[in-house]
Amino acid sequence: MDFKSMKNYIYWLYCQFELITCSYLMEPWEKLLFYTFNITMLVMVLYTAYIFVPVHISTAFQFFLHLFGSQHENTVSIVK
Amino acid sequence: MERPERAAAAPDAQPRANGCSSAAHGALRNGYVRGLPAPDTKINHIVHNGGLYKRPFNEAFEETPMLVAVLTYVGYGVLTLFGYLRDFMRQWKIEKCQNATEREEQKDFVPLYQDFENFYNRNLYMRIRDSWNRPICSVPGAKVDMMERVSHDYNWTFTYTGKVIKDIINMGSYNYLGFAQKAGTCQEAAAKVLSQYGAGVCSTRQEMGNLDKHEELEKLVARFLGVESAMAYGMGFATNSMNIPALVGKGCLILSDELNHASLVLGARLSGATIRIFKHNNMQSLEKLLKDAIVHGQPRTRRPWKKILILVEGIYSMEGSIVRLPEVIALKKKYKSYLYLDEAHSIGALGPSGRGVVEYFGLNPEDVDVMMGTFTKSFGAAGGYIGGKKELIDYLRTYSHSAVYATSMSPPVVEQIITSMKCIMGEDGTTVGKARVQQLAENTRYFRRRLKEMGFIIYGNEDSPVVPLMLYMPAKIGAFGREMLKRNIGVVVVGFPATPIIESRARFCLSAAHTKEMLDTALKEINEVGDLLQLKYSRHRLVPILDRPFDETTYEETED
Repeated sequence: MDFKSMKNYIYWLYCQFELITCSYLMEPWEKLLFYTFNITMLVMVLYTAYIFVPVHISTAFQFFLHLFGSQHENTVSIVK
Repeated sequence: MERPERAAAAPDAQPRANGCSSAAHGALRNGYVRGLPAPDTKINHIVHNGGLYKRPFNEAFEETPMLVAVLTYVGYGVLTLFGYLRDFMRQWKIEKCQNATEREEQKDFVPLYQDFENFYNRNLYMRIRDSWNRPICSVPGAKVDMMERVSHDYNWTFTYTGKVIKDIINMGSYNYLGFAQKAGTCQEAAAKVLSQYGAGVCSTRQEMGNLDKHEELEKLVARFLGVESAMAYGMGFATNSMNIPALVGKGCLILSDELNHASLVLGARLSGATIRIFKHNNMQSLEKLLKDAIVHGQPRTRRPWKKILILVEGIYSMEGSIVRLPEVIALKKKYKSYLYLDEAHSIGALGPSGRGVVEYFGLNPEDVDVMMGTFTKSFGAAGGYIGGKKELIDYLRTYSHSAVYATSMSPPVVEQIITSMKCIMGEDGTTVGKARVQQLAENTRYFRRRLKEMGFIIYGNEDSPVVPLMLYMPAKIGAFGREMLKRNIGVVVVGFPATPIIESRARFCLSAAHTKEMLDTALKEINEVGDLLQLKYSRHRLVPILDRPFDETTYEETED
């Protein structure tokens, strides 16, 4: 069953995470605190990436287009 | 730094080995060479060094993988943060403080308990404490019974469930030749002596505690080691710590290996002599120190040192490495110093007939000035001995603290040693002793080879029955101990402060009592646990240490 081996593999990955960050040794409330902090940080980073990365990429793309585009005498329109 | 006189003996592509380091390679761990010159370079174990080593000396310490080191520090960082949090909560009484504190009335006095020093103890050791001090309830042979215990408050207190876990394969006891038995010739002889002499001696050796059994034991030990005379003491740790002060004092120099045991360090400090440390098993470092000592003498007065004593061990139990005894003896003779060899783990375990590391290298026992060892490991008893010239031992009988003040050895223990030693020497008329020594060597080779093939990082010499398996991360220390116990195998795991902080390990001690089936079962479980915890760090980049081309008259200086 692909799902079973996939589930086992994900569980094994979770065990490795626990061992590396030493949450294997923590008491349940410490684990809760640790995971809450980590997940909060992760969510904040992902949200920031979601908001800002498309804008930055399109700005960079515009910049490079302008740089190379001026050689071909194209009209450059600024897209907002 | 090139060595022109060795260019003929060693081709350019020869990797630097045996503890040499060079600026080009950066910081090297002693005894380890990083980076093979070319994959097709033939590595051969020809003896280059003019016959000092009669057999190849294969010792390897694979380097810690960078990612593993970083993750280990991350783990310790997280635990430290949580340690601070818990300490804060204990300080502000949010959580009950379960370790020792003063009474309320004494809070304004000078503090009794140094809180920060025990930070590691409170916040890390307590979490994994259930892997140590496990109570066993049978003889620690190849299989052992253990009392089951549980903890309901995260290892601060333990309660016994009453159940006994039976037949745990014992990979942790120092039972190298399998003499920890409850039936057999040793046990019968000890029982007979117990009924004859009783258990206690009620005196010291100097007063009324010198039994004929002790005299018999000492003559036997002297014959076993090949020295003129020997003396036995009741405790191995006390043998070191109480006899080194009798041999050296102020105005003497002690050159001690980096990784010497606590008993040697304590004895050296108690003696009041100047102590200088050389890098682990590194003969260049030792020679540099010897040269400096002879040339410069004592620090301010420039007088020559009264005595120079080199302290080494036969097998280092945390690394599994064997001392480079031929080179140490050559250096000792060249610079006219004395050698103190602590064979706690190597007596009975090395050498074709179990006479220790001196026999393993084929050297003359008279070259070692003080041969010390213990009866705890290979003989299944307790105690230590010192062997050497008759004048030395006669001096120690009068001036050693242990001889004058310590209670003498208990007679059944003495009989156990006598019987087991006679068995090893073959004097009891059977070949049991010889068979055990050979079985141990076979077990060692087999176990080490299989573990290396599986991909674990194993430290130490190929022939040493102490096998350290690297774990590195703190959570894996606790996890390994618990998982192996679940699978009915008892192992000893070691962490800081017995080892450097990131190099925690599991230490297996092989025994002649282990059958091949037991070893196979153990290896299967270790394999499983290794996959579960992802312990197979080895990238097979280890370079077996070659016999370095040795020129008897010069050791070139290297920057370390």
